[in-house]
Amino acid sequence: MSAQNQHSPHVILRVVSKILIPLIALFALYVHFHGDYGPGGGFQAGVIFASAIILYALIFGLDEAKRAVPPSWVRICMSLGVLVYGGTGVATWMLGGQFLNFTVFAPESTHASGQHWGIFAVELGVLFAVTGAMVAIFYAFGSRVPELRDEDW
Amino acid sequence: MQVMSLFPEWILSHGAASIVVVPLLLAVITALNPSAKLAWATVLGVTALCVFTALGLLLQVMSYGPIHYNMGGWAPPLGIGYYIDGLNAPLLLLISVVAFLCTLYALPSVIAEVEPKKRGPFYAAFLISLAGLLGMVTTADAFNVFVFLEVSSISTYVLVAMGASRDRRALSSSFNYLIMGSIGATFFVIGIGFLYMQTGTLNMMDMARLLQEIGPGDRVVQLAFAFIVIGLGLKLAMFPLHMWLPGAYAYAPSFFTAFLAATATKAALYLLLRFTFTVFDPSWDYIATAVMILLAGMGIAGMVAASLQAIFQNDIRRVLAYSSVAQVGYMLLGIGMATTLGLTAGYLHMINHAIMKGALFIAVGAFWYRFGITQVSDMRGLGKTMPWTMAGFTIAGISLIGVPGTVGFVSKLILVEAAAENGWWWAIGVIVATSILAIIYVGRMIEKAYFKPVPQINDRPVLRNEAPLAMLIPLWVLALASLVFGIQTEWLTSMAEAAAQVLSAGPNTDIPGGAYILPKVTGGH
Repeated sequence: MSAQNQHSPHVILRVVSKILIPLIALFALYVHFHGDYGPGGGFQAGVIFASAIILYALIFGLDEAKRAVPPSWVRICMSLGVLVYGGTGVATWMLGGQFLNFTVFAPESTHASGQHWGIFAVELGVLFAVTGAMVAIFYAFGSRVPELRDEDW
Repeated sequence: MQVMSLFPEWILSHGAASIVVVPLLLAVITALNPSAKLAWATVLGVTALCVFTALGLLLQVMSYGPIHYNMGGWAPPLGIGYYIDGLNAPLLLLISVVAFLCTLYALPSVIAEVEPKKRGPFYAAFLISLAGLLGMVTTADAFNVFVFLEVSSISTYVLVAMGASRDRRALSSSFNYLIMGSIGATFFVIGIGFLYMQTGTLNMMDMARLLQEIGPGDRVVQLAFAFIVIGLGLKLAMFPLHMWLPGAYAYAPSFFTAFLAATATKAALYLLLRFTFTVFDPSWDYIATAVMILLAGMGIAGMVAASLQAIFQNDIRRVLAYSSVAQVGYMLLGIGMATTLGLTAGYLHMINHAIMKGALFIAVGAFWYRFGITQVSDMRGLGKTMPWTMAGFTIAGISLIGVPGTVGFVSKLILVEAAAENGWWWAIGVIVATSILAIIYVGRMIEKAYFKPVPQINDRPVLRNEAPLAMLIPLWVLALASLVFGIQTEWLTSMAEAAAQVLSAGPNTDIPGGAYILPKVTGGH
């Protein structure tokens, strides 16, 4: 970072958010994987993870954020989420059950571990899709340039 | 049944889910696909598979009765059930066939109308819209209906807005549709919320059973009915709620207009039928009154007002869009009679209208593709410059009027019979009068095309320039369908009768029994 940036009025914000961003991302993963036992799950985790990226964009600017997380990745992330979710359903089809019947993953299990793994996979899809969608919405609104400049009126 | 052996066992037992899931998942893959050609091929493959699946499901319903499919193996009312019977199976086939034909047509049309970079996402959005419509029609879960309604609507707003590279007015039309459509969806979900509040279930059959116990006196259920009718009325362009429709039809890319005109309002109309006749009880006073006064009344008002508006439009697409509102009026009139014959007429007209309007909008897209024609006054000499396209347009047009030998005549005749059976003689008068109005707005275009000289450019008449084969084939398939089914009326009429039987049977409480334990591994229903 250049000397000019260090003396900018945002230096505290930058330093603090640099510390916070990895923690937010980590917390997102905690919320996701702890979703089995407590409140949480893919959607909440996805929003929290996206908020880490959005915070980065707010503090360091949209261009920096787009360099760190390119829009093409965001699109792939969104689509991957849906594919993981739907793919779980396709896998249950392949194993001979109804769409999203997770029992087929472990039909012999006495404590429904098939359901457990199924939900786990599906929620992972939700995590990807929500993170991608949140960031994509932020990028879309953030990158809008007015079609008419003020002086053109 | 012999034909059934053509379909793989898997399609028959899992088709109810796969017809929705396959387009949805392939839409996502298409969205990442940079090649527009490959995206088109994917869409063609998916829609062909949907046609095949829908045909299998229809035959299965016709020979073995309704299909239940439990998502995730969880039996309703706990889980989401998919349910296919005589009412929605024909509609699934209709939507799939129209999607397939429109996809054939899309190849040249999308290249002409959509920017190269947007073509892949365009096809992806189309598949999502298709999946949403198929989902709306298949599911038996009231909230799932709302989800698919939004899935199809949101992708539709996007697709309408993509017409902006051809005409900037697409943006304001799309925004208008977005606002109206969202209000409609909100009203619908408020209605579902009230029903959930009173019954504690979202499964339609379970809801019907509990509503029978609650009885007709419940104010919250009455309110729910009002919200659902108005919400769906917005979506299906019931007369005073149709303001979004002309703009959306006129400025969307022509491929999508053809698909939208033939399917979107039909899916919403199906939901209205499903809720009014099989979830609520049509024998209850307020529902019988609403059906007769509101649906038939608005149907009549729409037939007259929209037909008159169609006459005074100069944009071909707006003429056809207003005509669509008028045709929805015929369907609502049939439904409003609430007799088996009336419902048959309404349902049959729904299918027939999809065939005719699909063909007409495909032809209009072809006029634009070759000559950039969008105005009625520019149609001079099209009978000579694009004879095959214009002939297809004419067949669909006379079918819209209701000339004997076409599908339009069959459904209007049944509608007249139903009106006579009810003793609604004034309704027959209105049907005849609006058919005359249809002669004026369709005839105006046909007259321009065949009886006006070919326009001159630099003192030379414009040369013949027929539409490409990819446009002519879907156009002629639909145009011939409107002739064939106009003469061989048995097939479509019997399907409509089967649908009307489902509706006249009253509330459907046919819920498959099941203990609410962890889902077992079983194939199919």
